[in-house]
Amino acid sequence: MDYYTLTLREAEKLLATGEASSIELTESVLSRIEAVEGRVKSFITLDPEKALVQAEAADRQRRRGDCGRLCGLPISIKDVLCTAEMPTTCGSRMLENFISLYDATVIEKLKKEGAVLVGKLAMDEFAMGSTSENCAFGIPENPWKAGYVAGGSSGGSAACVAADESLATLGSDTGGSIRQPASLCGVVGMKPTYGRVSRYGLIAFASSLDQVGPLTKDVADCALMMNIISGHDRRDSTSVDLPVPDYTRALQDGLRGVTIGVPAEYFAQGLDPEVEQIVRAGIDMLRDAGAAVKEVSLPHTEYCVAVYYLIAPAEASSNLARYDGVRYGYRSRQADSLIDMYRKTRSEGFGDEVKRRILIGTYALSAGYYDAYYKKASQVRTLIKNDFAAAFTQCDLVVSPVTPTPAWKIGDKADDPLALYLSDILTISANLAGIPGLSVPAGFSRDGLPVGMQMQAAHFNEEILLRAAWNLEQRAEVKRKKPDLGQS
Amino acid sequence: MKITRKEVEHVATLARLELNHEEVEKITAHLDNILNYVTKLDELDTRGIAVTTHTQEIVNAFREDEVHECLVRTKALANAPQENGETFVVPRII
Repeated sequence: MDYYTLTLREAEKLLATGEASSIELTESVLSRIEAVEGRVKSFITLDPEKALVQAEAADRQRRRGDCGRLCGLPISIKDVLCTAEMPTTCGSRMLENFISLYDATVIEKLKKEGAVLVGKLAMDEFAMGSTSENCAFGIPENPWKAGYVAGGSSGGSAACVAADESLATLGSDTGGSIRQPASLCGVVGMKPTYGRVSRYGLIAFASSLDQVGPLTKDVADCALMMNIISGHDRRDSTSVDLPVPDYTRALQDGLRGVTIGVPAEYFAQGLDPEVEQIVRAGIDMLRDAGAAVKEVSLPHTEYCVAVYYLIAPAEASSNLARYDGVRYGYRSRQADSLIDMYRKTRSEGFGDEVKRRILIGTYALSAGYYDAYYKKASQVRTLIKNDFAAAFTQCDLVVSPVTPTPAWKIGDKADDPLALYLSDILTISANLAGIPGLSVPAGFSRDGLPVGMQMQAAHFNEEILLRAAWNLEQRAEVKRKKPDLGQS
Repeated sequence: MKITRKEVEHVATLARLELNHEEVEKITAHLDNILNYVTKLDELDTRGIAVTTHTQEIVNAFREDEVHECLVRTKALANAPQENGETFVVPRII
């Protein structure tokens, strides 16, 4: 049996009955990586030896009867989360050999449950981008079509799961960076409510927008991962002290009593007809499952890209000020004074997109421009948040496409940053409003590229999303399809 | 023009970034594009609308003023590009 094709739950059952060991499972995953990584390129750091050491420890623990919920299961991590035992690069030369002094809270949680951490995954530098083309250490490719983007910024995380190079991964989402690559690669990806999951140890891009979330092979695994990573953390003052429900109990068959909202603004001009057709077919499936469907409006949708591309860079310009070559990370050796060191370090260590965003952000916050740009954007942000609050008095969740098109060729949008920004229009609002959102596979384009459906709900209502996504998954018949990576 | 080369150079100074001539040209064009696009927000009347900087209803998350274990010096210096056992070492300020 090809253990690497299993979901977390399926693998856990096998390990629980003793049919397989974590060593065998991990070896299967490592062989898989060896076989397809040349094509997929999802990893920045891979440590097979360490993975097997962890697997052996997990097997020992299991024999002692001391088992966490992820005991012995191979999982990989977007390289934006601090891990003390593997470098954390954030996809940037600035942190090329950086070894964090501590594990992020979510990493601690995974380890506590016995997970086997296989490696760190490729991403757009400092999480800035929608294609992972801004990764300083190689661009991951969509497992469904060679030379096509895996999405971003959690492109490596999505490609890794889609290619069965790990049973699940963690990513981060600031403007769609989990949901969009999940959609483009045909996996499940969830951005939790802001404050649901600790950001301690998540390398910050935009502090009021960032969230950590899972990318998984199916909805049940997503629910399991959410159970494990969620929860208040005293070390993250923006994390919310609310109990964590058992998300796996949300996976009930049928949507009777549930009202689904379809926002007219998300089906506007520029939406690929195939994407629209697949998503609308998905809505019909949800109706068949018993849901009521009604049209709702999110009137300020057309402003969300403008709001995001002022607020996110502004927050980033502040967060990335710490990269100055003094205490850790890259330091330029060309400098002859302190200020020269700052300038050269940052200019040599950061890529173009990062510099672009730092400059937009600095400008938007600078004296004389703050009111016109940052403050204005923050006010419109309130209107966007209110749109959702109003919509959720009419329905329990809203559904839509995740991206206007399926995946595109690497390099195609590289010269027009604004065009790329505009493709984020459907995912950005969730971060601005702080609400949870997920992408669940809904179908394939004629070219064989995955298309996901996005679901969004009110704060802390991840359960309705998981329930609706699970019902779609049962009906959409895309779950067991795998990309052809030329391997048996 | 929403932003000029001179303004880009000024902002680069504020952000401690060094851009060469070609980069300034390219970035000025990109930023001009983006700043033109965001003027869209002027279509909206936001008088009296509160800003949102934080989406959840929580306020200051304080802790008790108690001393806890903190980072030991050796660890703090572990990733330093240059250090002398006591402090981080950097090029002279002037």
